[in-house]
Amino acid sequence: MTGAGDGLLEALTFQAGYNTGVVMAGSAALGAAAGGVGAFLLLRARAMAADAVGHATLPGLVLAFIAAGALGAEGRALPVLLAGAALTGILGMAAAEALTRRTRLAPDAAIAIALSVFYAAGIVLLSWVQTLPAGSQGGLESFILGQAAALSAAEALGLAVAALLALGLLLALFRPLGLLCFDEHHARARGWPVAGLDAALLGLGALVTVLGLQSVGLVLVVALLILPAVAARFWSKRLAGIFWLSVGFGAGGAFLGAAASSIWLRAPTGASIVLALGLVFAASLLAAPRRGIVAEAVRRARAGWQVRAARALQAGRGYPGAGLFGWRRGGRPTARGAAAVARLELWDRCLAEAPEALPAELAWGIDPLPAEALALLGKRAP
Amino acid sequence: MTADTPSASPFEANGLTVALGGRPVLWNVDVRLPARGMSAVVGPNGAGKSTLFKAALGLAPVLTGQVRLLGEPVARVRRRIAYMPQRSSVDWDFPVSARDVAAMGLYGRVGWFRRLSKRHLAAADAALERVGLADFRNRQIGRLSGGQQQRVFLARALAQEAELLLLDEPFSGIDTASEAAILDVLAGLEGEGRHIVCIHHDLRTVAAYFDHVTVLNAVAIASGPPAEALGEETLRRAYDASGLRPRALAA
Repeated sequence: MTGAGDGLLEALTFQAGYNTGVVMAGSAALGAAAGGVGAFLLLRARAMAADAVGHATLPGLVLAFIAAGALGAEGRALPVLLAGAALTGILGMAAAEALTRRTRLAPDAAIAIALSVFYAAGIVLLSWVQTLPAGSQGGLESFILGQAAALSAAEALGLAVAALLALGLLLALFRPLGLLCFDEHHARARGWPVAGLDAALLGLGALVTVLGLQSVGLVLVVALLILPAVAARFWSKRLAGIFWLSVGFGAGGAFLGAAASSIWLRAPTGASIVLALGLVFAASLLAAPRRGIVAEAVRRARAGWQVRAARALQAGRGYPGAGLFGWRRGGRPTARGAAAVARLELWDRCLAEAPEALPAELAWGIDPLPAEALALLGKRAP
Repeated sequence: MTADTPSASPFEANGLTVALGGRPVLWNVDVRLPARGMSAVVGPNGAGKSTLFKAALGLAPVLTGQVRLLGEPVARVRRRIAYMPQRSSVDWDFPVSARDVAAMGLYGRVGWFRRLSKRHLAAADAALERVGLADFRNRQIGRLSGGQQQRVFLARALAQEAELLLLDEPFSGIDTASEAAILDVLAGLEGEGRHIVCIHHDLRTVAAYFDHVTVLNAVAIASGPPAEALGEETLRRAYDASGLRPRALAA
């Protein structure tokens, strides 16, 4: 596969032609914006709203295409198409919101309803348009799964600029949005315009979704918003860290996916971008040192073994592995083993006498107790 | 600026009625808390205590009646009021450190777009120091003990330099050291002339910690110094003879 490999390398180093280069850079800018907005949508638990917008854009796209044709525009006018997409996209999101607010439907049911009804209407319109003489092209189907190569250099540039402006606005609102995501009651009590901030966040989400329609396709664009943010969550415990990592993952994943799609996979761009991001997510899930599942499983196994072994030593018995880890030798606990038993007994005391002094999220096991818990038990820190 | 005379009540409700999901939670509540001393609001679970605070702050819809905080409608005095919600309503997994939360108290002063300066961060650190959490400022809040978590939110209220503090069960589920620390800070704030109103969960300690108690169970049952307000008759009416069922539901 050297031919494809060389082609990919060329693409990645911007040697595959001006058009390809601009489209890839545009995809990266879009991915960056999607990652940034997605981070806040994730923390605000509104990620599915982006899915509602994405699927609801289809009828708008088709109607805009018809309108543009009726008004005499030739070919496809991307701004007109995206404007139509934005209109029905936002309508779809508003419909989901209204359903949640006015009825007893839970948000996920409301979103599923709005999303599928709008999308179905779009499909019907699309199949009708394709029976018309002028309608079979316009490349409307490319909006469903994404075809970044369909973008001209000028269009890609325009989208990139819009995406970066969206990112800039998000940065300007960073602190108020962070406050909103963390503590809505406090924000409201302090007089922050909560409804306005929510509208701004969802509006930016809708904007990035619409900008991404051509590159990633409406079916998958929600993944571009969610995956970078979720992957970033595994690595950082600070809001700014999650935000910038999400921006980076989004940009990188979109860049790689766009390159791979056009040069190597010959698959719709949306799919290869999402697969690239999916790999990033899977790697984060597995490898992240604190929140990754491998690390979690190791911690759990270690903690479980330590407790069982210490209990056994406390009762004067042996335990598989106690010799291996230097806790027991010649039928008796070593100094390390005795220290482990002492820690276990401190844990027993703490849980009995001062359970509130334990941090809410301490990995359970017999790690040394935090200093303040020890102080409460009347002991000095080791 | 309205003259905040020493006799003006920092927390006053008149005929306050709130219904949530069709159910009456607060019914014709009249409350007038004194300007001096620490005030407590007590009552059984579901009595509408948290709703009283939320309605006062405009966080819950009011059916009828009005509330005045620091002598004014709440919209005019938001900057001067700090609200500490119940621990159960916080997302402890959220990626913020103790210092981040304390700094949130300053947001009102920093505005929308400016960055937090070193001065602001120093103020946040000072607030953390006052509640005894100086060493924990970079720790993510989920990795703090219950008492420390409460103290972080108290630090946020301190950073706000609010005149009126509304705290929802600040002492519930925390260790004795944190309880003493929080009480100490609150007493200090009250000494500075600020107004402290707490929803308190523990009838055994309310008389020791507070100068004024309001007993609430959908209606205001009693309000006054602990010795008066916590009489046997009052408690019976509040806590229903058959157990701890709120009156509004028992009807």
